[in-house]
Amino acid sequence: MLPELGQLALILALLVAALQAALPLAGAQRGIGAWMAVARPAAYAQFGLVVLAFGVLTTSFLHQDFSLQYVAENSNSLLPWYYRITAVWGAHEGSLLLWALILAVWTAAVARFSKRLPPDVIARVLGVMGLVATGFLAFLIFTSNPFARLLPAAAEGRDLNPLLQDPGMIIHPPMLYLGYVGFSVPFAFAIAALLGGGVDARWLRWTRPWTNVAWGFLTIGIALGSWWAYYELGWGGWWFWDPVENASFMPWLAGAALLHSQAVTEKRGSFRGWTLLLAIAAFSLSLLGTFLVRSGVLTSVHAFAADPTRGLFVLVFLGIVIGGSLLLYALRAPADETGAPFAASSRETLLLVNNLLLASACAMVLLGTLYPLLADALDLGKLSVGPPYFALLFTLLMAPLVLLLPFGPMTKWQREQVSRPVAMLVPWLGLAFGIGIVAFFLAPQSPWKVAAGIAGAAWVLAGTLRFVWTRFQASGARFTPEMVGMTFAHFGIAVFLIGALLVEGLSQQRELAVAPGQEVTLGAYAFRFDGVARREGPNYVSDTGTVTVFSGDAPLTVLHPEKRRYAAGGQVMTEAAIQPSLQRDLYVALGEPLGGGSWAVRVHVKPFVRCIWLGALLMAIGGFVTATDRRFRRKETTA
Amino acid sequence: MHPTRQRRLLLIVALLAAAALATTLIALALQRNVAYLYTPSEVLKGEAGGHARFRLGGMVAAGSFQRAPGTLEAHFNVDDGDAKLPVVYTGILPDLFREKQAVIATGHMQGSTFVADEVLAKHDETYMPKEVADKMGAAHRKHGVDSAAEMPGPN
Repeated sequence: MLPELGQLALILALLVAALQAALPLAGAQRGIGAWMAVARPAAYAQFGLVVLAFGVLTTSFLHQDFSLQYVAENSNSLLPWYYRITAVWGAHEGSLLLWALILAVWTAAVARFSKRLPPDVIARVLGVMGLVATGFLAFLIFTSNPFARLLPAAAEGRDLNPLLQDPGMIIHPPMLYLGYVGFSVPFAFAIAALLGGGVDARWLRWTRPWTNVAWGFLTIGIALGSWWAYYELGWGGWWFWDPVENASFMPWLAGAALLHSQAVTEKRGSFRGWTLLLAIAAFSLSLLGTFLVRSGVLTSVHAFAADPTRGLFVLVFLGIVIGGSLLLYALRAPADETGAPFAASSRETLLLVNNLLLASACAMVLLGTLYPLLADALDLGKLSVGPPYFALLFTLLMAPLVLLLPFGPMTKWQREQVSRPVAMLVPWLGLAFGIGIVAFFLAPQSPWKVAAGIAGAAWVLAGTLRFVWTRFQASGARFTPEMVGMTFAHFGIAVFLIGALLVEGLSQQRELAVAPGQEVTLGAYAFRFDGVARREGPNYVSDTGTVTVFSGDAPLTVLHPEKRRYAAGGQVMTEAAIQPSLQRDLYVALGEPLGGGSWAVRVHVKPFVRCIWLGALLMAIGGFVTATDRRFRRKETTA
Repeated sequence: MHPTRQRRLLLIVALLAAAALATTLIALALQRNVAYLYTPSEVLKGEAGGHARFRLGGMVAAGSFQRAPGTLEAHFNVDDGDAKLPVVYTGILPDLFREKQAVIATGHMQGSTFVADEVLAKHDETYMPKEVADKMGAAHRKHGVDSAAEMPGPN
């Protein structure tokens, strides 16, 4: 009975979402107040109904209701309760329901925190979000119903994909979706502005915190995904330029560009059209990401069994949203650049360069990701684009960005004497260069990467500190949350540079066959393999290895890498054992038994790998802190 | 020329130059990093001849897997139903690597052996790399390993 309640709630949510789209949009166009007033209550009602549907599905998982096909396919009576909750979004149907839930959360939040906006604006913004919700809920109900019954009920479920039975997986999808879907707010705002015909600095000020928060969540989501791949896939890599990673990275790049361009538009009035276009792009890329992951057109860790009707539906939906909004943009984009004029040497120009570089990087990733699909469609053969393509071009595009980054905050709006910020920053650039040279000669391997990472990080760190110092010196100057947020995010980039380039440069790894008692030396560490013992887990049997690590002669730690065989599917999983620390991770993964007690083993020493995720965390914190700036919530008209 | 126009012209020229440079770089980088997928019969017909590095897709032939004792050197045959190609790979194979399962190996030919530097296996029980499935369509059925037969029933 309960699942039917969820089904009913979902159908009602679809109807309410359609109402939330149609009436307020029409009302705003015709100036009918009563129609516009439907937006808020409809948003709350849709939120309540989707929460109900999601709650029902979660309950069905907790109670192991194997008469639901989705539950039977993704759960098992041996599955621990916490993974039953995460199994809700462990596959296609449930993850779409999570998408719809998060969209409903954002919609309700917009309805709640938009008291200061004029009624026609809020009617349009909520109306556009209602349109998106209508599309997604229809997709759910007609092609991917999580409440489909399985009759007769299965006696036992097939279990959640063991790859996803992991604490990191509990929060990765919600975070990622909070980011993806969060971009629907600036998107809805952009469409509302195009429909209403005018980009007002006041409304822009209102959307900026939303963009920052969404981008912060997306940053955390991507970082969690990278961290999960690092320890769960057992290869020790942190980024593979896999199509699905790219799918989440493209909206991130567009979002990062949008953050900066929104700041310019809000403060100086310039780049209006570009900001609108970026807002459309960020959300369109989020939708494209969902499509790429969910339609199964890509070969990837996440691409599950393909269903052509789903792919077609998403493609049509994508066409309507992206095509429609771009058409609207072409017809209604603000033609007059009414912003304050600025000189070639000004903060506006630097932020323009920032946007060009981020947008190019985004286009480059898009091309590399879609090229195999394109080639396939044009019958050019089955091919894949290798990571070196992305790595090379990304480095080329990001190097000037890192070089110019510290100049941005130090340069005045509108017009700046080039010599002023240069004079303030050149000593620090010199210092960073010097540190880089020292690192070049001290590096045991890959001196270029190590030098570039350390010099780049030192430069961004020193340049950002110089900005902080300048602000302190300036009399009467205060630190707004916006500046603190920016400082955090830029520090995050410095920390990330250390992590990414030092891991790439200094990592050491060996794969070999070891017999019990045998030692493997890697850099300053010796790993002694002490054999493998069998152990029972809740829903798996594990071969647990024991590896003692020595630093010099002193034993440092004992690691227990595992090879698990899951009862339900018979699937084998590698659980790497890691001893983490800020300077380096020690990483051991078991391969396969080679007979006579000997095993294939993979050992890594990963210097500064934690800095990658720490840097991402700092960037996310930067986004959240910026959003708290009271300037964005200043009252201009009474509510 | 009017100074505003002159500046605008300069800007347009600069943008065009940047776009041209970017296009060239991207085209070059793409060209050098694209790996095509071939099946063993296509390789034996010489269709992959033009590419030094390519990807080989197919099933791991039953009974063909061997490890050289004491090392991680693995030998197996990749089969598309019509032809087989011996593959050698040194290192740890993915968890889902098994005989009679789909693999994609990346590497190059050395004599009549494919030397792989990366081996990917399908990543869950119901999944078969789409491109391999497309390529092997008929050959697949010949081996009686369509995905439905592989699905583990509820136990």
